[in-house]
Amino acid sequence: MSIPISYNIRNLWARRLTTALTVSGIALVVFVFASVLMLSQGVEDTLVATGSNDNVIILRKSSQSEMMSAVSRDQIGIISTFPEVGQTQEGKPFATSDVVTLININKKGSNDMGNVAVRGISSGAFALRPQVSLQEGRWFQPGMYEIVVGNKIHDQFVNMEVGQSVQIGSKLWTIVGVINGGKTGFASEVWTDADIVMTEFNRGTTYSTYTFKLKDVNDFETIKTKLETEQRLQDLEVKREQEFYLEQSKFMAGFINGLGLFITVIFSFGAMIGAMITMYASVANRTVEIGTLRALGFRRTSILTAFLIEAVALSSIGGIIGLFLASFMEFVSFSTTNFGSFSELAFGFSLSGSVILWTVVFFLIMGIAGGFLPAVRASRMNIINALRSS
Amino acid sequence: MSTLVEVKNVTKVYKRDTMEIPVLQNISLDVPEGEFLALMGPSGSGKTTLLNLISGIDQPTSGSILVGGTDIAKLNESALAKWRSNHIGFVFQFYNLMPVLTAFENVELPLLLTNLSKKEKQQRVEAVLSVVGLADRMDHYPKQLSGGQQQRVAIARAIVSDPTLIIGDEPTGDLDRKSAEEILVLLSRLNSEFKKTIIMVTHDPHAAESAHTIQHLDKGELKSN
Amino acid sequence: MKILKLIYKNLLRHKLRSLLTIAGIAIAVLAFGLLRTVVTAWSYGVEAASADRLITRHAVAFIFPLPYAYKGQLEQLEGVKKVSYASWFQGTYKDQSFENFFPRLAVDPETIFDVYPEFTLPADQLTAFKQQRNGCVIGKKLAEQHGFKIGDIIPVTGDIYPGNWEFTVVGIYYGKDKTADETQLFFNWEYMNERNRQTESFATDQIGWYIIQVDDPNQAATISEAIDALYVNSPAKTKTETEKAFQQSFVSLSGAIIASMEVVSYVIIGIILMVLANTIIMAARERIREYAVLKTLGFTNFHVVGLIAGESLFISMLGGTVGLILTFPVSQAFGDAFPTMFPVFAVQPTTIAMAIGFSVLVGVIASIFPSYRSATMRIVDGLRQIG
Repeated sequence: MSIPISYNIRNLWARRLTTALTVSGIALVVFVFASVLMLSQGVEDTLVATGSNDNVIILRKSSQSEMMSAVSRDQIGIISTFPEVGQTQEGKPFATSDVVTLININKKGSNDMGNVAVRGISSGAFALRPQVSLQEGRWFQPGMYEIVVGNKIHDQFVNMEVGQSVQIGSKLWTIVGVINGGKTGFASEVWTDADIVMTEFNRGTTYSTYTFKLKDVNDFETIKTKLETEQRLQDLEVKREQEFYLEQSKFMAGFINGLGLFITVIFSFGAMIGAMITMYASVANRTVEIGTLRALGFRRTSILTAFLIEAVALSSIGGIIGLFLASFMEFVSFSTTNFGSFSELAFGFSLSGSVILWTVVFFLIMGIAGGFLPAVRASRMNIINALRSS
Repeated sequence: MSTLVEVKNVTKVYKRDTMEIPVLQNISLDVPEGEFLALMGPSGSGKTTLLNLISGIDQPTSGSILVGGTDIAKLNESALAKWRSNHIGFVFQFYNLMPVLTAFENVELPLLLTNLSKKEKQQRVEAVLSVVGLADRMDHYPKQLSGGQQQRVAIARAIVSDPTLIIGDEPTGDLDRKSAEEILVLLSRLNSEFKKTIIMVTHDPHAAESAHTIQHLDKGELKSN
Repeated sequence: MKILKLIYKNLLRHKLRSLLTIAGIAIAVLAFGLLRTVVTAWSYGVEAASADRLITRHAVAFIFPLPYAYKGQLEQLEGVKKVSYASWFQGTYKDQSFENFFPRLAVDPETIFDVYPEFTLPADQLTAFKQQRNGCVIGKKLAEQHGFKIGDIIPVTGDIYPGNWEFTVVGIYYGKDKTADETQLFFNWEYMNERNRQTESFATDQIGWYIIQVDDPNQAATISEAIDALYVNSPAKTKTETEKAFQQSFVSLSGAIIASMEVVSYVIIGIILMVLANTIIMAARERIREYAVLKTLGFTNFHVVGLIAGESLFISMLGGTVGLILTFPVSQAFGDAFPTMFPVFAVQPTTIAMAIGFSVLVGVIASIFPSYRSATMRIVDGLRQIG
């Protein structure tokens, strides 16, 4: 015989103020918890989306970022002749030689400066990175001091409108377009022609990285071995593009996860204590009721279940409100320096299925953990004493 | 004997949502000094309301209440609080002692509002506790005392500040016959020996017999006999 | 003082509830203190910056080098006392993990300890550093963390400057006070430059930034302008700012992360408020009849509010104090766990003040509603309330 759930719900309603406070507390906790998970997911989404699984990136050995890497034109020539490198319809290598550098510019709404990556690309880059499209204006013309800016840069930095100019090196470059990088890290970059960047920065024939598409995704290990054994490529490293960008975020993701863990531990204590206080009071206030229920023939387990259900209902209402509020964080974009690349990276809060699942598990555990001891106290009450108390 | 309490044309109407519930209608009542008055009447007759008005914890809708010459219906809240602490001693049906305080500390409570020295306070508390016969229970907490003993502590608390008027709201209502008898004897003693004016609400005819005068309230109106 | 006793006794009525609330507040204040300490540790460099030092770097971005040739010209400027320089070497020691990260800088042994007087290096070790080409000097904290001793060889794999590098420890410096960063490795820039020259690297005769000590800190702005004016028409334009501003620009790179930690720390305060308000409201509701009795006896709203607010404040202050006391050992442990991540990890006076301030504030706010309710309640209604 179990006690109807409506009994619990009415009890929560009867003590509205306390219920509201506890629910708000739990909602706050769940909100922060879910937001941190969403942020962590957002970073990962961004970097996974930035790389493609069938693209291979070549860097100088032990370069932690593209900026520190150096790959010579001769080496690129050698790599492009391998049969595993994909080809375009015109029979050219399906690849881009990029040169990456940084500029230090002002953010909107504060005096803060940000380091923005400037990526000089070859013509193959557009086909290689289909995630990137033109949102406004036009593409830059090779050989001209023209740039297109990523949509996040356009939104978050000052003077980034089409037609305005940016100082890069010793020249002023004109913004001719805005690119939409979607969820990728390219949305936080400035793109232009590789060769003119090389000239401007006296890099001679040294690019930063070389990225190509595999003819067959499964060829990765084959070409990795081939390239690594090639005498003239001894100072280079071969990585899947996706893996490379994931490594770039290791520090940041680690930091967010560490912060998340810390917050989770502390907050779950807070939420549990809040639920516990409320449930203990709820039990104490209903001593006579509990005695009556027991006298009517309800078992101890029914009482235990009833109070647990009440605690879980409490945490679930709070949890759902918190999760609902956190879902609005999807509209918020977060931009900071990615220490892996030392350049600005914008990412969002991403509400994935696993984030929802973890959040639900979190608040259910909070409810059960907070409600368990009070429920045990309620179920252990002696009928006679319970009835006698006033 | 001079009149201590003068209730003149008092009406009390409670508002619940939009409904108006008249509780007392145009009541007038004089209580002389040294009186021991019992107010009787069935539930809902308005006797507790009348008692609350006289003791200044509730305000009449119209009419005036003079206690010792002061129109307490005209006092503001803080003046009323000060007035109560000087002039009124309360005895409630459910004792209303502070559960966290000992018998001594409960009795001492009203004295905290006075400027008496620590020593004076102690003397007075001990004196009244021996009047109610609990000098040996001073350090006990309410839950360590029987109902009758708790009510005696409450009476000690009511008289410790030497008030003009003692108000009892069903002081024996929650007690067994023997304890009730002790309380009534105590109240009679306070009236005869210490010349305290007492107004007590009760629906127990036996309790009312201890009083000098009995007034009946019914449906908000006084019916003297 | 009887009121205080009553407050204290009330607190003991629901021991478990009071204890839970105090524990909750203590944990939250501890979390608050720790987060604020992380935030302040982040910007420690700004605090530690010396007013008489300027940093000159490439105008476009920090990663671009400046010619070594500027040194002589900078030394000629009026008001400049000493010019030193450094390059960010980076590289990898063992692997790219947190534990094995520490700043590695190529510096000028002749001047570096002159412009950074807060670092102390024994005279014989300084001489050794100046003489031994592949010598390096490391901070005391770094030496302790990895067990490095004088004579040890530290191998580092280069990235910006490729190849394998080995530095021999010739000295261990220590800070004059607690704010000094004792986690760095300094080695001779000449040693690096030699190798760059041999490999014909584009980094040959280039340095990362200049550290300029000025005679008069008040002249900092004028001197900065004078320096930048000197190179306005050269390919490598400069940007000169005070060390403080330079450090600040680094801190602001991670502004969003710091801001989010600050937001979280305030959310914690909000949660404390909910927990405490819940407890106080419950307590006040249970005692509404007692408050009515007190008012009947002639006690005023002032007393009743004092009882409620007093209990609230007592709980919040007690929880806050316990949390604050715990913050110190926990911060210490946290700082010890990541010695090189935060060169200086100490609970700042502002953090302490904020924790106390918020404890009081939360105690007051939590009691507003129940106080208001008890003050405005009619005595008659309060007396009627059962339980």
